[in-house]
Amino acid sequence: MAAGERGAPFVLQAAEEHRIRFVRLWFTDVLGYLKSFAIPAEELPEALAEGVSFDGSSIDGFARVQEADMVARPDPTTFELLPWAPEDRRVARMFCDIYTPDGEPFAGDPRFVLRRALARAADLGFSFYVGPEIEFFLFKDAKTPEPLDEGSYFDLTPLDVGSDFRRRVITYLEALGIPVKDSHHEVAASQHEVDLRHADALTIADSVMTFRLVVKEVAQELGVYATFMPKPIQGAWGSGLHLHLSLFEGERNAFFDPTDEHYLSKTARSFMAGLLRHAREITAVTNQWVNSYKRLVPGFEAPVYVCWGIRNRSALVRVPLTKPGKESACRIEYRAPDPACNPYLAFAVILGAGLRGVENEYPLPLEASDDIYRMTDIERWGAGIEQLPESLPEAIAAMRGSGLVREVLGEHVFDWFLANKVAEWDEYKAYVTAFELQRYLPRL
Amino acid sequence: MLHEATRQLVGVAILASADTALAGPLIADLAVIGYAPIAVSLADVPDATAAAAVLLVAPSGSATEAVRFSQAVRRSGRFARTPIVWVVREEEVELLRTYEELYDDFVEVPYTRTGLEARLRQVRRRAGQGDSEVLQRGTLTLNLSTYQASVAGRSLDLTFMEYQLLRFLATHPRRVYTREAILRQVWGYDYYGGIRTVDVHVRRLRAKLGQHAYLIETVRSVGYRFVEEPTAAM
Repeated sequence: MAAGERGAPFVLQAAEEHRIRFVRLWFTDVLGYLKSFAIPAEELPEALAEGVSFDGSSIDGFARVQEADMVARPDPTTFELLPWAPEDRRVARMFCDIYTPDGEPFAGDPRFVLRRALARAADLGFSFYVGPEIEFFLFKDAKTPEPLDEGSYFDLTPLDVGSDFRRRVITYLEALGIPVKDSHHEVAASQHEVDLRHADALTIADSVMTFRLVVKEVAQELGVYATFMPKPIQGAWGSGLHLHLSLFEGERNAFFDPTDEHYLSKTARSFMAGLLRHAREITAVTNQWVNSYKRLVPGFEAPVYVCWGIRNRSALVRVPLTKPGKESACRIEYRAPDPACNPYLAFAVILGAGLRGVENEYPLPLEASDDIYRMTDIERWGAGIEQLPESLPEAIAAMRGSGLVREVLGEHVFDWFLANKVAEWDEYKAYVTAFELQRYLPRL
Repeated sequence: MLHEATRQLVGVAILASADTALAGPLIADLAVIGYAPIAVSLADVPDATAAAAVLLVAPSGSATEAVRFSQAVRRSGRFARTPIVWVVREEEVELLRTYEELYDDFVEVPYTRTGLEARLRQVRRRAGQGDSEVLQRGTLTLNLSTYQASVAGRSLDLTFMEYQLLRFLATHPRRVYTREAILRQVWGYDYYGGIRTVDVHVRRLRAKLGQHAYLIETVRSVGYRFVEEPTAAM
């Protein structure tokens, strides 16, 4: 990218000015884990010019055996100081794009998958904006989901931990150039939500990766454990990653139409229709773990049925009516994803599904009524309302048959992802759960 | 990267010459590559009141005068930090060997504009000018070679794109730019992020500018501009 190439001298100057000793180079594996390796500041000029070679064979979803060599090229526009490193040992980070030794973008790099999806949107004249609401839990440790608010561990200062925690998270995020819109305690005990200001999808995907690290970092500083597990406590609210989406066409919000009763343009309607029609196919990517499907159940404001609504908080696609008629605020909200997804891949398939609707001018189904949960299966079937996959294998099956997801992810990621998820399910299905022991052991 | 109309001023270039056929186009070219040209005669050593970035001497047609002029400049000590560049035609190349101590570098005629620009940049850098390319706008100071930015003496910790955006706007004070124009000029054509990116960066910049956030003014339904003083509307 043009701006990126010009950034190298800036990074070198900044590294010198802040006396940076190490720079962390970040990238993301196919499952959405943040990977990092450090290079000493002296190696920066070479790293910026040529990239840094590494062995990709140990990275999930990267190498086929014969092509283990990868090159990580740092993106200078993402250069930031890590605010938690001590003053006298400053550390900076840059996100990387992954290339093959031949200089081609590596097909297994999730950042490239999203870049490619954004380039396709740009061909149609659109840029894609995302504003995420990220939920997570704070627990005493990684072993048991014991809420801090109720447990005895923090009895002395039950309120302080949560608010101090969020304050510190926000301070770090702002220092890293990630503006926070809102933060609050969530419905469930020990659950928190932080909303980031919307920006272009690539920036937000990077921000979600940074956010998860910041939250884990602050938790460690305060001696607690933070988790993005979608449903850690049975019977309580799960953690979602609600995404506020909009398309811009130049200066214009392509979702906005001042003459429509809901201020939704034709583009917005067909984008929503695309999301709804392909929702089942993309769910394996937006909700990628066995545990993800324990969140997508009725009763906790998580979406279950494939429908849209204006205020209905259980709808899969919601049209928020915050500032009616204000063009810049016009957006739709996709509520299925959970914060343990790979944001690059999730944004790519969501954009792909929406654009498929725009390109083919899908008609938007009728708005779902509030009593959708009280309907019988037959009634819903009659009304043409589908249900999101109820389990990982159901989601895998829907994805396997999806030409859309194959195209958006590319063969490499598509095949690897499916194989990995099948393996995860194979392991899980043989597992005897606490539910079974409780229910069956005394009776059978 | 920027087109010529938006290039920023490098500094004053003094041209001492008796060769009008050479001086005319040379002055035009100096202006295009970002200098404010001043033409002087070879008769007297000019005042160095306005510090010149570079002093060009063209000996053609009056080599003796040019040599005498250069010697007087060196003796005067008025242009201690200003490099002297001789602009020589083919028939004067021999002078270069004889009077090596009178020039810091030379350009041969015919020259190309790009070559001239690069040569002058090189010679200024050797003269220690490269490190002091500073853009001062009211309380804002941008060091263009070290990427440092400060406002009212407080140093700003900017990301690369924040710096580029601030620099672009500050280089053209009071001029209003649409988001689209800013995106093209600062981010480049191959950026997919879209124009809202500009708003995002302006917001971050303003947060970092603190009480000096007024430096970047929103012009309703048009775009943004850089102002040195808070305006009544803010």
